[in-house]
Amino acid sequence: MNRYTREQMAARVARDIPNGAYVNLGIGLPTMVANHLPKDREIILHTENGLLGMGPAPEPGAEDVDLINAGKQPVTALPGASFFHHADSFAMMRGGHLDCCVLGAFQVSVRGDLANWHTGAKDAIPAVGGAMDLAIGAKSVYVMMEHLTKKGETKIVDNCTYPVTGLACVNRIYTDLAVIDITPQGLAVIEMVDGMTLPELSRLSGVPLVMAGVRAAA
Amino acid sequence: MIDKIVPSAAAAVADIPDGATVMIGGFGTAGMPSELIDALIVRGPRELTIVNNNAGNGDTGLAALLKAKLVRKIICSFPRQTDSYVFDALYRAGDIELELVPQGNLAERIRAAGAGIGAFFTPTGFGTLLAEGKETRVIDGRNYVLEYPIRADFALIKALRGDRWGNLVYRKTARNFGPIMASAAKCTIAQVREIVNLVDLDPEAVVTPGIFVKRVVEVPAAVKLVAQPGAAA
Repeated sequence: MNRYTREQMAARVARDIPNGAYVNLGIGLPTMVANHLPKDREIILHTENGLLGMGPAPEPGAEDVDLINAGKQPVTALPGASFFHHADSFAMMRGGHLDCCVLGAFQVSVRGDLANWHTGAKDAIPAVGGAMDLAIGAKSVYVMMEHLTKKGETKIVDNCTYPVTGLACVNRIYTDLAVIDITPQGLAVIEMVDGMTLPELSRLSGVPLVMAGVRAAA
Repeated sequence: MIDKIVPSAAAAVADIPDGATVMIGGFGTAGMPSELIDALIVRGPRELTIVNNNAGNGDTGLAALLKAKLVRKIICSFPRQTDSYVFDALYRAGDIELELVPQGNLAERIRAAGAGIGAFFTPTGFGTLLAEGKETRVIDGRNYVLEYPIRADFALIKALRGDRWGNLVYRKTARNFGPIMASAAKCTIAQVREIVNLVDLDPEAVVTPGIFVKRVVEVPAAVKLVAQPGAAA
């Protein structure tokens, strides 16, 4: 079975981010999207610890302990950047001012419920950070994840079995097998990896899928 | 003459009592007022409630305060990090209480306290474990959760420069919780890298007006530290 590489997934997400967008890239896989943003677009990255206009990692030796991203890694501030406190930063998120955020996930449900903050394991120490604010705040919430778990179980589910981060909040899912929109009518497949078919993708996913733009049979 | 400058970190925290609720600024170590925390450890008040985004990194700063067994409860959004082993051990042993709050709710609850807001409805966390048992309401077709302010007896924050009136400016992403915590505590103590004259801070650029700050202590920058990549937010 063909799969999109992580780089291909990141490049695919980057293609959908328009010129002028304010964007928050979550920790992990979504961070890779920054490396693929088209050079001819001006896209402003937000990091919730208090920076708009975040630039790439500094040169070795030029790190600054007071200039970090949400993952606490050293970053840079681009010309035009601004700093602000946490209440303002989360107002940008909760208040719907970000055009887009890209998040990782354990599971996404057919209604767009997101689970990405807690495995629910009894011995796990819970930590949530800004996940719940990002999930419900941005105008478009994109999830980037492997389609299947390491055990081959689908991560697109009827109902999340992990504790949810937000309800009905995900707009689009980018996986290593497909790009899928979550619509009021259900899951609409926009693209599939070469060689994949809708019946095969449906079988792997275990949830109803239709091709985008094709009306489901009554 | 108003003079909020105190001579040392020890003098600045000398009246923090047992059982106090203390906000501590910083996101990870950026903006963490380490010298004020060290002074607090030396003073040694017990049964503290601490409000911070995290629960300490490594063995210094907030982690050292936890290790000294001075903290009964921590209110934070992201305790678990690659180097939060001090908190992890206390939590697993049942020696510390954790109130986990989504980061934006944490910030807004602190802001609300400083702004005199009685409570507020937020969409963040609705339908999740972290909103269980809380009052909810549908407003304009959207679901919200009722959240209450977080107030503190003291706030320990770090800024770049301050003056004797308590006006503060910060440095880059070290600003994070400083301005909102300053407004939410009865007594806010700021450690600044440099104390400057009243005329030296541009009124247009002051981030925290001095009305929110009770004490300012100068702690010159130590050796330049290199940022340590940690775990997530």
